[in-house]
Amino acid sequence: MKAFTYERATSAKEAASAAVRTPGAKFIAGGTNLLDLMKLQIETPQHLIDVNGLGLDKITPTADGGLRVGALVRNTDLAADARVRKDYGVLSRALVSGASGQLRNKATTAGNLLQRTRCPYFYDTTKPCNKRQPGSGCAAIGGFNRNLAVMGTSDACIATHPSDMAVAMRVLDATVETVNAASQTRAIPIADFHRLPGATPNIETSLAHGELITAVTLPKPIGGTHIYQKVRDRASYAFALISVAAVIQPGGRGRLAFGGLAHKPWRVESAEAQMPNGAKATASAVLAGARTTSQNAFKLPLVERTIGAVFEEAKA
Amino acid sequence: MHQDEGFPVSRRGVIAGGVASATLVAAPAAAQAQTQGTAQSAPPTMPVTLKVNGRTTKINVDTRTTLLDALRENLKLTGTKKGCDHGQCGACTVIVEGRRINSCLTLAVMHEGEEITTIEGLGTPEKLHAMQAAFVKHDGYQCGYCTPGQICSAVATLGEIKAGIPSHVTGDISAQPTVTTDELRERMSGNICRCGAYANIIDAIHDVAGTERSA
Ligand SMILES: Cc1cc2nc3c(=O)[nH]c(=O)nc-3n(C[C@H](O)[C@H](O)[C@H](O)COP(=O)(O)OP(=O)(O)OC[C@H]3O[C@@H](n4cnc5c(N)ncnc54)[C@H](O)[C@@H]3O)c2cc1C
Ligand code: SF4
Ligand code: FES
Ligand code: FES
Repeated sequence: MKAFTYERATSAKEAASAAVRTPGAKFIAGGTNLLDLMKLQIETPQHLIDVNGLGLDKITPTADGGLRVGALVRNTDLAADARVRKDYGVLSRALVSGASGQLRNKATTAGNLLQRTRCPYFYDTTKPCNKRQPGSGCAAIGGFNRNLAVMGTSDACIATHPSDMAVAMRVLDATVETVNAASQTRAIPIADFHRLPGATPNIETSLAHGELITAVTLPKPIGGTHIYQKVRDRASYAFALISVAAVIQPGGRGRLAFGGLAHKPWRVESAEAQMPNGAKATASAVLAGARTTSQNAFKLPLVERTIGAVFEEAKA
Repeated sequence: MHQDEGFPVSRRGVIAGGVASATLVAAPAAAQAQTQGTAQSAPPTMPVTLKVNGRTTKINVDTRTTLLDALRENLKLTGTKKGCDHGQCGACTVIVEGRRINSCLTLAVMHEGEEITTIEGLGTPEKLHAMQAAFVKHDGYQCGYCTPGQICSAVATLGEIKAGIPSHVTGDISAQPTVTTDELRERMSGNICRCGAYANIIDAIHDVAGTERSA
């Protein structure tokens, strides 16, 4: 780990100001992704701003009948919240399918959204990676890419976003709330929060430098059957190969979002019209324009079968 | 309150790090961090007060020091183990403010004044915690390296079930979860045992919970 200075922020504004004032500053929340990457010198902040003391750890009702989830709410607490379990079951299910009990006790709402890819070459500092070192190339294209993206990829990067929570938030149409050093707030729809890699895979979200996430809001409950189906190499404590977050209404209409397919939680709203026509029709609409490698082409039939399993579960 | 011996660059520290690291990533990194500290301009340090097993200690640490390294190197509480140093094995599990966490993925300076319980605080050789006694009774280990983390995790797991926190295998996500073998397996998946003592670990936890193994 590279040496860094450390401060505990006591207000959101102070944290955001410190982030723009101090060169090489980064926020630290649970630390479970940032410290992992700092140990490998993939992240090398010169200054850490601890945001754990900001009081952003509450879940409160919103005026329009939804929930505001503070940026520092731990993954365990969000999954266990009675309102989330009752009205946003897909979110609880996605959260408890991720990481381990120990990690979920530390991991925060904001940190989870901002966790970085698990592409093996991003982690290997001896290999080219446009995300880690812009312009160095991409070792994954033509390398070991079994678990990398098939949708929305570019010639610069085929990494996936590894979060389970974010996929559920995408299906629920959540909004990310932020504040900057000038006390300006923004509400970013989750669909616009994560970016596709394009030519600049090092830029992963629409956050500006020093912009602090304060909360994620969930719109008022939409009912339906909530399912999160995660397919992985082992039954627990593994990242998804693919995952499906689903909210299915009586009659078979509903919403679907996917993990493990792209650089962001993947959702094709227009494909959802195909849901009453079955898994095959739905999958081919979701996967239009897919770009696969010989190693990850298995994800396409896997998506169709998993959608099929989700539809069956919703009927049961 | 008592003052520790600081954070010396000890040969033992470097060797212990090397032996302990399963991945071999941690050893050179730890060695490098320590030599950097002495060679170039001194890296930033900070005072932090740790409350471990009911005892309060004020130490001055390099800001990079993980809670795990502070426990082992500064406080000499070597019961907590370093396996992977990357959140992947659970050997470093301790209980902070009533919650199990991986002490390798958090900084010591982030735990000012918080209540920390390590394996040494759960019980003593003379007066074992019920979970420690159950691990002995059921042979819940072979080499014992993962055991402190397993026991801290197991104690917290029963607490999490009691508190109604759902898991991936909980059938009805809104209902109160119960202590079943499936629940224990899922909830303990963050603790890897290289010796494969899993079946006996599950028996030990069932014993403490007063429940029966199902399959
Ligand atoms: C072994 C292992 C297995 C895992 N398995 C899974 C899995 O199966 N599924 C899954 O989804 N995840 C998994 N994870 C990842 C885990 O979910 C993330 O590490 C965690 O959610 C990150 O949250 P954090 O609070 O610890 O973030 P931190 O590490 O503290 O921060 C992450 C990033 O977010 C930034 N940040 C934090 N808070 C804010 C804020 N308020 N505003 C702006 N920026 C902020 C930080 O600067 C940093 O860049 C796994 C992790 C490990 C180590
Ligand atoms: S896929 Fe993206 S993250 Fe992986 S090596 Fe290529 S540029 Fe880096
Ligand atoms: S040492 Fe492996 S999880 Fe911390
Ligand atoms: S008892 Fe040897 S690693 Fe678990």
